[in-house]
Amino acid sequence: MPELTMVEALNLALKEKLAEDDRVVILGQDVGVDGGIFRVTLGLIEEFGPERVIDTPLAEAGIIGMAIGMCMNGLIPLPEMQFSGFSYTAFHQIENHVARYRWRTRGRFPMPMVIRMPYGAGVRAFELHSESREAYWAHTPGLKVVIPSTPRKARALLRAAIEDPDPVVFYEPKAIYRAFREEVPEEPETLPIGKAEVVREGSDITLMAYGAMMPRTLQAADMLAEEGVSAEVIDLMTVSPMDDETITASAKKTGRVVVVHEACRSFGPAAEIIARLNDKVFFHLEAPVARVTGYDMPPPFFAREQLFLPTPQRIADEARATLAL
Amino acid sequence: MPRKIVERPQPIEYLSILDWTGKVDRKLEPDIPEETLKTIYRAMLFCRLFDERTLQLQRQGRIGTFAPIKGQEAAQVAAVVQLKPTDWFIPSFRETAAQIYRGLTPQDVWLFYAGYNEGVRVPDDKHDLPLCVPVASQCQHAVGIAYASKYKGTDEVTMVFHGDGATSEGDFHEAMNFAGVYQLPVIFVCQNNQWAISIPRERQTRSKTIAQKAIAYGFGGIQVDGNDPLAVYVAAREAIERARSESMPTLIECVTYRLGVHTTADDPKRYRRDEEVKEWEKKDPIPRFEKYLKAKGVMTDEDFAGLREEIRDELKRAWKETEAKIREFEAGSPDVIFDHIYAVEPPELAEQRAYFLERIKREGRPDA
Ligand SMILES: Cc1ncc(C[n+]2csc(CCOP(=O)(O)OP(=O)(O)O)c2C)c(N)n1
Repeated sequence: MPELTMVEALNLALKEKLAEDDRVVILGQDVGVDGGIFRVTLGLIEEFGPERVIDTPLAEAGIIGMAIGMCMNGLIPLPEMQFSGFSYTAFHQIENHVARYRWRTRGRFPMPMVIRMPYGAGVRAFELHSESREAYWAHTPGLKVVIPSTPRKARALLRAAIEDPDPVVFYEPKAIYRAFREEVPEEPETLPIGKAEVVREGSDITLMAYGAMMPRTLQAADMLAEEGVSAEVIDLMTVSPMDDETITASAKKTGRVVVVHEACRSFGPAAEIIARLNDKVFFHLEAPVARVTGYDMPPPFFAREQLFLPTPQRIADEARATLAL
Repeated sequence: MPRKIVERPQPIEYLSILDWTGKVDRKLEPDIPEETLKTIYRAMLFCRLFDERTLQLQRQGRIGTFAPIKGQEAAQVAAVVQLKPTDWFIPSFRETAAQIYRGLTPQDVWLFYAGYNEGVRVPDDKHDLPLCVPVASQCQHAVGIAYASKYKGTDEVTMVFHGDGATSEGDFHEAMNFAGVYQLPVIFVCQNNQWAISIPRERQTRSKTIAQKAIAYGFGGIQVDGNDPLAVYVAAREAIERARSESMPTLIECVTYRLGVHTTADDPKRYRRDEEVKEWEKKDPIPRFEKYLKAKGVMTDEDFAGLREEIRDELKRAWKETEAKIREFEAGSPDVIFDHIYAVEPPELAEQRAYFLERIKREGRPDA
């Protein structure tokens, strides 16, 4: 079993799906000859040719608009946005069309595409290369939003997203693109879209996170463990639709919850989780649900970006405060 | 009766005055005052050396990713040199030479590339915008600025820069269309440096020239040798004149070449042949302009060498000052990241600022 980085694991999933299903095509800026600026599509044009791995002109709306037509005419397009910060140029195509075509054609034209885009801070990038705006997409009915946190999950979730009959925004946490390796099984593997995973069992408190915040949340759980606190850790994996069953079961069990994300605080995914827990398990909660998030600001330029991101320390502190209530 | 020619495409002019061997077309040679020639040369050389120094700093890990300008100095400097300070200058992310010519300091540029928001400060009396990361989006801002100038009855001209890749974006076409519809005093300067990261110019558009795109929007376009400062100067002069006195837009396509990497995060070996780069190195605007200045008796080899030394010293001082600024920023309170988000800080943000300061006190500054 090879040890892969997340970039390599994503590449593997794309390669497998291109080989398995000739309706699958990749399109985007620099995805062909260059292998994508993060090298996620490296080598695919050599193997599958320029008709299936399509270098496009620089036009996000054009890329998504074209992908919409491809879906209608029987293909499964996998458009890549170079950074999530540049997907807004295609916002109207995604919001007005990708998310709504199944609905407004009463099921005639589904949109089985996966829109891949790297998101998040922590790689010392330029302005507009560090945003975390999954809430925009999660707020759009008709879209699914999937965010992997490890190489193995990235491969399995991307495969599942491609097989999913609905459009998926596949948000790739670039801060952990190459941060670590993980064993990825040779045989194709999928993980269900819409399911969260309890990655660590615990009884005192639940920490919920996803994507690039998972390693930091696990570190916080380690810190708590040293103090004798047993933290359950949940990786959401699919931010929308959310796996209420898993999150409510854990909240019921521990009675205390901290939600972690790097997206801005106000109107962020944590707010949604807190609302759902209020709705469904309020009487099982022993303390208000806390959230550790980015601040309501554009991610600062990189010299100060780490000040913006939740740290393990901050997560652990919030957990302690919650436990003290 | 129903099938006839309703419009013949306008021809597109190509302008080149000083070729790469140093030969000048005397009939086309503009009458540029000696002082201006020297100014242009100094600005071009300054940015070449600035670029080299910035690359070193990046490789040493002292600043982050940046987009080098090497090879595009003539297309940038000669385009802006005739703008008045009150005219508007709108860069994309690769117009450092023009930005510095317009008065941005190397310190500001380096602070930006070192990851400090302070690097994008625009002084109140400046009509220059900071660099713009989303490709082509700045073109629309230029149109709005030009509309306001026309509306207010000032004689300000707006010059906006973008790449060849930018011409595929809807934003570019929308801006061009608005400029034509409202007949605005705006000049689009396309830095056609042949590559948009790995996509070559031929794969970006099937148009034979980029200049001809202006025709579709009802105004003129011209293609110039972008490595020839004289040609760029003349095209800019005509466009500025047209904007200022007739309030008409122009698209200038500067045919140039990005000699280095797209950004320091890019590896052009994956998609570009070395021979191509070598061919373009021969057309480098700086030695070409040196030949011209020498033949004209404006500057000598000693002048060039002296200037090089002078600029190197200036850059050394500038980096020292930048480092001092960085130390100052690092010693200061980091809650500057909360500044300037709103005119008046909303209560929840004030709350977050207080929490942030409290955290820093407790936790110190986290490392990556
Ligand atoms: C809207 C948008 N999409 C994608 C990017 C990523 N990107 C940065 S520069 C670039 C290529 C730009 O090419 P061009 O306009 O020719 O300018 P050049 O870099 O050659 O100067 C791309 C795709 C971006 N910055 N903005």
